[in-house]
Amino acid sequence: MAVGKSVTRVDAYEKVTGRAMFTEDLIGRQCYTAKVLHAKIGNGRVKKIDVSRAEALPGVIKVVTFQDVPKHAYPTPGHPWSVEAAHQDVADRRLLTDRIRYYGDDIAAVVAEDEVTAARAIRLIEVEYEEYPVVTDPFLSMKGEGIPIHEEKPDNVLAKSEYELGNVEEKMGQADIVIEGIYETAPVQHCHLENPISYAYMEKNRVVVVSSTQIPHIVRRVIGQALGIEWGRVRVIKPYIGGGFGNKQDVLYEPLNAFLTMQVGGRPVKLEIAREETFVNTRTRHEIFYDLKMGMTREGRIIAKEMEACSNQGGYASHGHAIVANGATAWRHLYDVKDVKAKACTVYTNCPVGGAMRGYGIPQVCFAVESFMDDAAKKIGMDPILFRQKNIYKGFFQDPYLKEIAANTNGVAECMEKGAEWIGWKEKRERYQNQTGNIRRGVGMAIFSYKTGVWPISLEISGARMILNQDGSVQLMLGATEIGQGADTVFSQMTAQTLGMEMDKIHIMSTQDTDVSPFDTGAYASRQTYVTGEAVKQCALLLKKKILDYSVKLLIRREQIPEEEGWQEKLDFREGKVWLLERPLLTIEEIGLESYYSLQESSVITAEVSLQKKQNAIAFGATFAEVEVDVSLGKVKVLNIINVHDSGKIINPQLATMQVHGGMSMGIGYGLSEELKIDSKTGRVLNGTLLDYKLPTMMDSPDLKADFVETYDPTGPYGNKALGEPPAISPAPAIRNAVLHATGVSINRLPLSPQRLIDEFTKAGLLKGGFKHV
Amino acid sequence: MYDIEKYYNAHTLEEAISLMKEHPRARLICGGSDVLIRIREGKMAGCELIGIREIEDIKGVSMDEDRTFRIGAATTFSHITQNELIKKYVPVLGEAVDQVGGPQVRNIGTIGGNICNGAVSADSAPTCFSLEAQLVLTSFSGTRISSMEDFYLGPGKVNRKEGEILTHILIPEDHYKGYTGHYIKYSMRNAMDIATLSCSVVCKADRKNNQLLDVKITFGVAAPVPLRCHKTEEALKGRIIDRDLFTKTEDLIREEINPRDSWRASKDFRLQIGGEIAKRALATALWKQNALEETIYLNLCGEVETWK
Repeated sequence: MAVGKSVTRVDAYEKVTGRAMFTEDLIGRQCYTAKVLHAKIGNGRVKKIDVSRAEALPGVIKVVTFQDVPKHAYPTPGHPWSVEAAHQDVADRRLLTDRIRYYGDDIAAVVAEDEVTAARAIRLIEVEYEEYPVVTDPFLSMKGEGIPIHEEKPDNVLAKSEYELGNVEEKMGQADIVIEGIYETAPVQHCHLENPISYAYMEKNRVVVVSSTQIPHIVRRVIGQALGIEWGRVRVIKPYIGGGFGNKQDVLYEPLNAFLTMQVGGRPVKLEIAREETFVNTRTRHEIFYDLKMGMTREGRIIAKEMEACSNQGGYASHGHAIVANGATAWRHLYDVKDVKAKACTVYTNCPVGGAMRGYGIPQVCFAVESFMDDAAKKIGMDPILFRQKNIYKGFFQDPYLKEIAANTNGVAECMEKGAEWIGWKEKRERYQNQTGNIRRGVGMAIFSYKTGVWPISLEISGARMILNQDGSVQLMLGATEIGQGADTVFSQMTAQTLGMEMDKIHIMSTQDTDVSPFDTGAYASRQTYVTGEAVKQCALLLKKKILDYSVKLLIRREQIPEEEGWQEKLDFREGKVWLLERPLLTIEEIGLESYYSLQESSVITAEVSLQKKQNAIAFGATFAEVEVDVSLGKVKVLNIINVHDSGKIINPQLATMQVHGGMSMGIGYGLSEELKIDSKTGRVLNGTLLDYKLPTMMDSPDLKADFVETYDPTGPYGNKALGEPPAISPAPAIRNAVLHATGVSINRLPLSPQRLIDEFTKAGLLKGGFKHV
Repeated sequence: MYDIEKYYNAHTLEEAISLMKEHPRARLICGGSDVLIRIREGKMAGCELIGIREIEDIKGVSMDEDRTFRIGAATTFSHITQNELIKKYVPVLGEAVDQVGGPQVRNIGTIGGNICNGAVSADSAPTCFSLEAQLVLTSFSGTRISSMEDFYLGPGKVNRKEGEILTHILIPEDHYKGYTGHYIKYSMRNAMDIATLSCSVVCKADRKNNQLLDVKITFGVAAPVPLRCHKTEEALKGRIIDRDLFTKTEDLIREEINPRDSWRASKDFRLQIGGEIAKRALATALWKQNALEETIYLNLCGEVETWK
């Protein structure tokens, strides 16, 4: 049994020894280098551009500007394409632009013989701008007073949506207590280790792009759209990648790179984005503002709730309204409230572009809602766990509109129990009450729910191919991508499980190549073990059937016909052998060899499936944190923290634990220190380096504890539900609630950085403040 | 990518001095942890460099006959921290430079480079100020000695005259004998960070009379250059060591330092932290020479009291 075991990662040795090849390792000699010229203003237009000095520099091959690229716009998000025009992604970006929509927008590009020359040439390009006022605040932007950021949206509102279940106004009127709160999150960046990089070249009349991406098949389609060429003329190859976290679930510079190689006769061109560019010119997690209202009974039962959310999109649509809308959908899950209202809007501003990032809008809404839950519990003097227990859905529930989204299994109450016990909730809630010293401790918690994949909001399609080798081993090919999360390993486990073979007999091809890999939309939405897992399972079942069919023929050919009546139907394939009841008849090695070389009947045994998944299982989890607050230094130290997840059946406990650790670390940074700071006057990112952007280091991280409540979801191919993104969701509000417990101060904007803590503690009277300025 | 036009490698001090004369445009590079960052940012594109990292004469820590500490400018932070003489006589300096960035940077970064870079956030600077270290500068025309305070001119600007190399940092015996010190680096992370504010206190107490005899307090990032808080020092000298001393320290420091408002931190924030870390650094330095009651020390420096 391979599923459920902590088998070693199939790529462990490659990655530990450095043998694994990443995009940059694969670039051959004689590859040109490209660099992009970024705007030095936050809003406006290029009046004049002079590239003559750059072109004259020895070693420069080509300079292109917005004047040279296709005039049409294209969409960038890594969504499946829609055949219905109304559901297609917003196409609002060109390869290069003269209309500057954020500080750093792409104006021109240089192709040169080497990187130093390319950098020098970029500095020689002269640009004259016409500047417009910069707007970084979405509430200001949606007044639509200035020149629209995109002409198609005169008020800068990219999209709006709303729903109402029941009658919220009426129920609010019946409530004993009505509470309101405003919560805000900060824009943050993924900070994957490997910056976006690609190299592109031409082969015959086609363009090939090797890229560090989560979504090779989608990149292929978008390059086709961006360049206005047939999609079949584009080939995208994805080797091992150094992390993505959603940033590479967007098509970044691949289309520009494809365009550049076509400009230089198909010679290879490398386009590597520096860390500083990654911060500014790729994607961020949206800053979202929440205005929440809740009506409850004196006993703590929520009877109505209302949300207004406003999402800061930045200069281009990217994943756009889908992010804040995902949070609005989650607002009607988890807690059993029948009268619910949500309104959401997404607004263009002159900020860096918001896109997909691990959790896709749910870390934002979870911070707002779970902070709000604790503020409400405090108001009625109820224990936060008890308050949640009174209001969560117990057992099965489904989305009222999108009924395929369902909690077939629901372990959230057990997650809370496990977490509370581990942290010592009861005793510490008691012990840490009413502290007055400078160093104070507190415990806090938060829970969440999360969908698995995107159905039915969007399409879920996957494919798998298996080939039986001569030696009886199996070749596994997928369009789903390994991005560090361990996908290759769990797919190999699933294959071994369903075929009844050993792990070492399964050979997975890690690289995706759109010319040969089955179609799958890639790594996002915590979908792969659920959706691709289904394709793997069906493909393995098909291969198994074909192995048995061939075995029947082989036994007949060898005149080894068993005497049992109906033996053909009784054959089983397991443990690498074909069995008739308890009697082994053939080995997979014999079958493999015969299938390739039999003089009577050679036909290689292969299986391929492509399927849609029309289900969506809700996963759950909880974080519990214990903190120590140094009030006068504005510092929070996380002493203990645990995430408990209900992600259905855990395919590989060791990998799952590591996935949880990574997410928790991300969540701790989101809660305490990370924030992309943007100058409101210029729109410039102030801290776009790993020094100034405070990603926590190992020295800032406590020991991380992960645990699971294993349910078996009937819709998951192996009982499994989402786990990829969920670990990053609930640490931030749990830490915030622990600080509330320690100090009595509600902090309603992320992150809980020292500056914010000192400001809030001073406001709350915990610190004197009021210093004279000399 | 590093846009470097030429690199000259000096093996002796004499060679370095003559290379500087031949190539007046060239910049000195030792560990490279500051210079290479600027080059990568494109700020020094096409630069010429003179490497001084292989000059053995300006490396290592030794003690002169008169027990003056002599620290080679090209000594790495790691070597200073691990040096037995430093550990024994001026541990505060070893502790301070051990807070630079991370292990990799401490293995290449040098104390001389840290000082000559002129950053107000340099982790070695406040402690060198408080120890009243002296800088030995050598050029074609000879050798001169400068105080730390005279050397720092402004943000990123030091008084290293054309053709000069900082060769050694000296700490005379009467600057460290009988003193203890403590350096607090206040930064947003516990590693891989620069100081938002920093404070180094070096002091001497009379344990018998429970009196603070001498104290030197220097702040990093509280003004354009590292700031010796002379006014506060004068007011504190001779005072009895009690809780009052620390309240006084906190208040006086907030009046004396002049940090700025920036997107990294507000002025009010830095004033709050400044008073707090000066108080804690003084308490810890006194505690290190057994001149402060443990209960006061714990109370000031982070005891969890109410729930115990």
